[in-house]
Amino acid sequence: MASGTNGNQAAILAEGLTRRFGDFTAVDRVSLRVEPGEIFGFMGPNGSGKTTLIKMLTGLLPVNEGAAWVDGLDVRAQGEQVRERIGYMSQSFSLYNDLTVAENIQFYGRIYGLSPARLRERMDYTVTLLGLEPYLDRQAGKLSGGWMHRLALGSALLHEPKIVFLDEPTSGIDPVARRQLWDLLFHLSSEGVTFFVTTHYMDEAERCSHVAYIYFSRLLADGTPAALKALPEVTPPGTCRVEIAAPDITRALALARQLPIIRSATIFGQSIHAVLDDCVEPADLERQLTRQGVAVSEIRPLAPTLEDVFVELTRLQQTKPEASHA
Amino acid sequence: MPKALRGFGAVLYKEVLHIRRDTMALVFALLVPLLQMVILGFGIDTNIRQVKTVVLDEDGRQASRELIDRFRNSDIFRVVGYVHSDEELNEAIVSGRAKVGVKVPVDYADQLIDRGTAQVLVLIDGSDSSVAGQAMNVSTAIGLDESLRRVLGPRQQLPVQVRPKLLFNPDSRSPNFFLPGLTAVILLNVSTFLTAFSIVRERERGTLEQLFVTPVRPLGLMLGKLVPYLGVGFIELCAIVFFMRTVFQVPIHGHWVLLLVLSLPYLFVNLSIGLLISSKAQSQAEAMQMAMFVILPTIFFSGYIFPRETMPLPFYLFSFVVPATYFVDISRGIILRGAGLAELWVDALVLVGMGMGLVLLAAKRFQKKIIAT
Repeated sequence: MASGTNGNQAAILAEGLTRRFGDFTAVDRVSLRVEPGEIFGFMGPNGSGKTTLIKMLTGLLPVNEGAAWVDGLDVRAQGEQVRERIGYMSQSFSLYNDLTVAENIQFYGRIYGLSPARLRERMDYTVTLLGLEPYLDRQAGKLSGGWMHRLALGSALLHEPKIVFLDEPTSGIDPVARRQLWDLLFHLSSEGVTFFVTTHYMDEAERCSHVAYIYFSRLLADGTPAALKALPEVTPPGTCRVEIAAPDITRALALARQLPIIRSATIFGQSIHAVLDDCVEPADLERQLTRQGVAVSEIRPLAPTLEDVFVELTRLQQTKPEASHA
Repeated sequence: MPKALRGFGAVLYKEVLHIRRDTMALVFALLVPLLQMVILGFGIDTNIRQVKTVVLDEDGRQASRELIDRFRNSDIFRVVGYVHSDEELNEAIVSGRAKVGVKVPVDYADQLIDRGTAQVLVLIDGSDSSVAGQAMNVSTAIGLDESLRRVLGPRQQLPVQVRPKLLFNPDSRSPNFFLPGLTAVILLNVSTFLTAFSIVRERERGTLEQLFVTPVRPLGLMLGKLVPYLGVGFIELCAIVFFMRTVFQVPIHGHWVLLLVLSLPYLFVNLSIGLLISSKAQSQAEAMQMAMFVILPTIFFSGYIFPRETMPLPFYLFSFVVPATYFVDISRGIILRGAGLAELWVDALVLVGMGMGLVLLAAKRFQKKIIAT
């Protein structure tokens, strides 16, 4: 397969990547392409295969079927060269608690074989970029969660990797630290670093330039957030998406679902997000709802969110007969 | 640096930092074995002396008293009491009050005069084989000696005189014999745990996985972990040798520098065993169990407690794969016999070979493990 080494080279390319643990298939024929400089958001519920896929791409787990190239290198055959070019930040903090921030950074610099001068230069850059100066002599285990993440990210960036894998980088840190981390990712991405990020957070997914959704080991969707929202499966032709605000939201949902015009409905915060089979006027819908006994305060047309996309895709996947996949 | 050793320097740097940061743990790891050594060194005397003995002297005349004095003067037996019946004699041994019972029959002196021979019963508790063996030999010797004295009369010389001379350890001091062997066990204990825990800890903390995503090579990781602990083990070794020489006054007949140098291959093997354990164990508890599994046979098969020559053939053959066997040989050779490199280089070479084999094996297992986490 020459697709990995074409002139227009992908940062990450996977073709039919499969990993089984005994009878269980953790990743099932996943194909994807990540362009250089993208922030690729990899979404999916817990246990759907996100971490397994990352481990295959970083060479931590052998590939059962299919192939993958990272920066044009075959992960099955050129694992070591791949490891030179990538950074990896795992879900849990995995630096040395008893070593200081500076020592942790120096250790990673040496592991990647940076020369002393280069190491000093890269350390200065990373420390400044991440604002780690005040903590250089503090033991890593005594940092707060957000700073630990910064240190872990710093260690992963030290050798100037072209591609960085971040496995749930923002789990367990506060919203401010989360926002700062994303600002950093944007900054680095603008300098050409490719990020492969797994996350649970929809707002983070909305920030990505490219999003994929994995559900029970299978890749269900892959594209820019805008492209995913425009998928016909999410908003089939002829249907409309509306937001219905109502005082007694749970009762309203139960009653609204009985209306034939309502294709699907879920609660979102203080309102109901519904897909209508027929794009009727808001006033008409309100009349129908009132007849059903729902006190409606407002109806607004609505563009789908990424969450809508994933909920819809998951629902379709669950109702689809299994045979269509084999 | 060869490619296969990639990451060696970085790992070495980091391990030294770990060791320096946790000085308390290190001091503890080094002090406890020394304490064990002191306790065992003072507490264990392999020479059998002053075995508790009860006497049933039914005769009670001069001849029987002379015989009993001979027992008493042998230093092997210590008369702790007199009993007055066969039942009491039996009871004293069953209850453990005495290990040996001597019964002189009521007609001992008469028999000696009338028939020129008399029988004395010596009951020996056989539950401790080394005590029993010694008691049996010495009581027989006392009988023989007493007979010769009676037959030859007081002034006559024995025709054949055996004069045994104990080489290397003339006073038959237990520490001299015991401590060189104990050194092997203590070093094994300390060094195996040092490396076994050092990698398992990283596995538990998740830092090992992070290392696997870097270009570090298994051999670089293994040796980077091993070398600092070789230093730690060496410090322990120096402390042991120092204690042995000063506190226990064990003379080192060979050269102490040679002893220190030839200990390095042994430390190397033990640290490699630790690495191999850590390539398999998933938790520190598991590593601990596996280390015990290695240490126990070492104690029994190295010749440290039981002489290898008297082992059944399969065990004797097995003792050749126990690294401590070679070190016990080196250590006793240098300390007791004053042996030099000419006599001991084979032992050292075998240890170096074993160590290299084990490190490569551990690295190979890790190569696969990188992938199987």
